[in-house]
Amino acid sequence: MNGGGMPSDGTERGAGGPAEVASYEPVIGLEIHVQLRTRTKMFCSCPLSFGEPPNTHTCPVCLGLPGSLPVANAEAIHYGLMIGLAVGSELAPRSIFHRKNYFYPDLPKGYQISQYDEPLCSGGRLGEVRIHRVHLEEDAAKLTHVGSSGRIHGSDASVVDFNRGGTPLAEIVTEPDVRSAEQASEWLRLLRTTLRQLGVSDVNMEEGSLRCDANISIRPVGTTQLGTKTELKNMNSFRFIERGIRAEVARQEALLRAGETVTQETLHFDPRTEAITSLRSKEEAHDYRYFPEPDLPPVRITNEMLHRARTAMPELPAARETRFASVLGLNVESARLLSWRAELGDYFEAALDAGASMHPPAGAQPLANWISELTARHDGDDPADSKVTPQALATLVGLVGSKKLTQGGAKQVLDRLVAEGGDPAAIVDAESLGAVGGADELAPVVRAALEANPDVAAKLRDGDMKPIGVIVGYVMKETRGRADGGEVTAIVRAELGL
Amino acid sequence: MDVQEIIGLTAAQAIAAIERGDLDAVELFSAYRRRAEEDELGAFTWVAEHLPADMHADGPLRGVPLAVKDLFCTAGIPSQSGSKILEGYLPPYTATSVARLEHAGATIVGKTNQDEFAMGSSNENSAFGPVLNPWDRTRVPGGSSGGSAAAVAAGLAPWALGTDTGGSIRQPAALCGIVGLKPTYGTVSRYGMIAFASSLDQAGPLTRDVTDAALLYRHMVGTDPNDATAVGHPEEIRLPTAERLDGLRLGVPTELTSGEGLEPGVLAAFEATLETARGLGATIEECSLHSAPHALSAYYVIAPAEASSNLARFDGVRYGLRREADDLVSMYTGTRHDGFGAEVKRRILIGTYALSSGYYDAYYGRAQRVRTLIAREFASVFERCDLVVTPTSPGVAFELGAKTADPLAMYLNDSFTVPMSLAGIPAISIPCGLSEDLPVGFQLAGPAFSENRILDAAHALERAIGFDGSPARTRTGATS
Ligand SMILES: [Zn+2]
Repeated sequence: MNGGGMPSDGTERGAGGPAEVASYEPVIGLEIHVQLRTRTKMFCSCPLSFGEPPNTHTCPVCLGLPGSLPVANAEAIHYGLMIGLAVGSELAPRSIFHRKNYFYPDLPKGYQISQYDEPLCSGGRLGEVRIHRVHLEEDAAKLTHVGSSGRIHGSDASVVDFNRGGTPLAEIVTEPDVRSAEQASEWLRLLRTTLRQLGVSDVNMEEGSLRCDANISIRPVGTTQLGTKTELKNMNSFRFIERGIRAEVARQEALLRAGETVTQETLHFDPRTEAITSLRSKEEAHDYRYFPEPDLPPVRITNEMLHRARTAMPELPAARETRFASVLGLNVESARLLSWRAELGDYFEAALDAGASMHPPAGAQPLANWISELTARHDGDDPADSKVTPQALATLVGLVGSKKLTQGGAKQVLDRLVAEGGDPAAIVDAESLGAVGGADELAPVVRAALEANPDVAAKLRDGDMKPIGVIVGYVMKETRGRADGGEVTAIVRAELGL
Repeated sequence: MDVQEIIGLTAAQAIAAIERGDLDAVELFSAYRRRAEEDELGAFTWVAEHLPADMHADGPLRGVPLAVKDLFCTAGIPSQSGSKILEGYLPPYTATSVARLEHAGATIVGKTNQDEFAMGSSNENSAFGPVLNPWDRTRVPGGSSGGSAAAVAAGLAPWALGTDTGGSIRQPAALCGIVGLKPTYGTVSRYGMIAFASSLDQAGPLTRDVTDAALLYRHMVGTDPNDATAVGHPEEIRLPTAERLDGLRLGVPTELTSGEGLEPGVLAAFEATLETARGLGATIEECSLHSAPHALSAYYVIAPAEASSNLARFDGVRYGLRREADDLVSMYTGTRHDGFGAEVKRRILIGTYALSSGYYDAYYGRAQRVRTLIAREFASVFERCDLVVTPTSPGVAFELGAKTADPLAMYLNDSFTVPMSLAGIPAISIPCGLSEDLPVGFQLAGPAFSENRILDAAHALERAIGFDGSPARTRTGATS
């Protein structure tokens, strides 16, 4: 590690020194804590808690009472294996739990049981980011500090709710493969989708079932040595992650450009003020005194457990992306969008099922495009929460496909659907938005356009087709966008005998 | 039956008398309850005030009273592990091993004194005062299950539950002239035992004879959904019947019995017992446990390391002693400063150091390698011998205060018992004679799960030795 955080050859660059570095690139690794949706806690038989009154889901084990012992939750191990399979990890036939020792009131035993140097899953990849490891551990209890400071120091009192204590966690650690704040949040969406598809977690950042820390360093573009990293703790929404990483990268870059150095420390990002504050520096870092947990035998993965995990695997985003592209013929962007954001993919498939008139693959790509139109208009992540049913969108796409509705007309119908819901065909009839087509309907309008623009008509007759847009525009205006541009052009040619 | 007759019975004999109708379970309980209440040895930290309402007199143990070491959690009954930090602590649940025995018909008559968190070999580290040896009240009963051993030896309880981490059942049994069995690690659930060193702690019986040890142990073994390390026992535990040792090969490890630090009287009693064994048909051969001399060092790294972590939960936040302070760290330090005794603090410091980053490999890692070596050496010895035998303790009961100023001298008490603990194998101590009018213990150890073999051999030897434990019951102990 480059201790100073400056390029090692910085002093040889002349008077300007590191300030002359043209641009820096962020190097980001992520650590994600996922609360597993098991029936019971990681090491006891208390049910998981979802907002119950404090300290009602507790027992001698998760309260750390004298004499109590942990017993590993088989379902949590099963979920851990599924996560490992999903990211292509190597699954350890034998993994062990360690004790991570430190004093804090949210940790009733004085240690957290976690996996350390022999984790359940090693290596793997999700999207463009390599996975370092996936391991199991227990969550801490929830501390609330009463009083002004909001922290344990200086608060009037602190109260502990042990309902959360002992909830199973999978910690997923990536390699430092992320290069921007945007990539971090985009990749986290893919991870969230994957975990949701697996059914192993609620993956709700606001409720804390998905929590993310980022290890951030920067280096001059074109160099390979890693700079000094800082750890940005516990960002609880995709927006905060993006903003937090961006703020920290800017802070580090400002330090280096000013000739200062980055200190290795743990940081807190306050999304309200955008302020980054230090939690603790490396000098006061804990010595966790890890040692193998003597109360738990090693976790041995049998063929039966592996078989069970494999059988439980659903279709994951990567496989769905491939299917969307190869079977349904979606373009690369649509296939990725609809598979990485499972809610869009689910809506897409529901509309495909509903649209009896559509014949994939022909109807699939237009449908995907119209889902993008819908999400652009709908205020929320999931189109299923909008007033537009998958059936309605399928009908709309069918009307366009059968030329009963033009693109422009369809957008107007969609606006109405988003605002009020309803049946597209009824809206088309009620608002007379149906496509105007055929020489019978369009020829009179075209003739009127030519008469209104005699100089344009003259040029067209001389074979100069450039100003034809004027005629098409006139027709579109007259028909309120319900005519097809290609058809209008063909009628112009016929009228002029070209 | 009068009290002296009742007190003269072993637990198995008392059960038989109840089944014959010669003795009433309530009468038996009351006799022991009264004796425990009048305890002058400091053996008890709590005595039942009356017969429990839910006594299982129908069970195979027929309601026979049981003394339970303080560190077993017993619902609604003080469970303090000999520590001020848990003074008056009432657990909401009962340890699995105790619950099993209660279900089988044992009735808790009292909780027994012990070294604080089972750290000690003399019972002088208890926050609730020392325990006196019923053979000589100026001497220690051994530890850490000193209260259990003294209570059984003095006839204040027919039998007792103890725990053994590095000798805490066998050594006090030896010093008090009774039988103590440390079972194979994992055969008895540890759930509800206030932990000292998790990879070593094991519950076991302290009894007046070998038959009682087998009987109590039989009702303790088993798997437990609350203890992932409890594997139970592959065999049913039989009541021993052997009277001969024909063909049994006993190995004497030269590294342990070469004489250094061994009191001459203890060595004499040990050798006399070897002769007795030979007379019963056993063959005696020397064997070698090369790493045994390092066992004590390894033990005094591993056990404190685990203890330093196990005892972190006593922070004043949720239960036990709490010293109020203006901030969290002062509350932690005040509570632990006032709550833990000197020996516990010493071991927490040693253990914390041994696990620290940069020292882990040199201490904890190396100690674990020694442990592996010792287990392998035992395995190789057991290819040629059926059992390994040693004196249980290098000396007889010493005077109170004699070793409290010298922790290392105190630790040496465990040198014969610690190797088996590290290997996780079963071992029993039986009284084999007197030295300076004080009992000497004879230890028999076997491969994992060989309890039936050990109990049979111990039973045959016990009959041939004919040790008389009655002086401890009649000349001292309770006044009645
Ligand atoms: Zn619990």
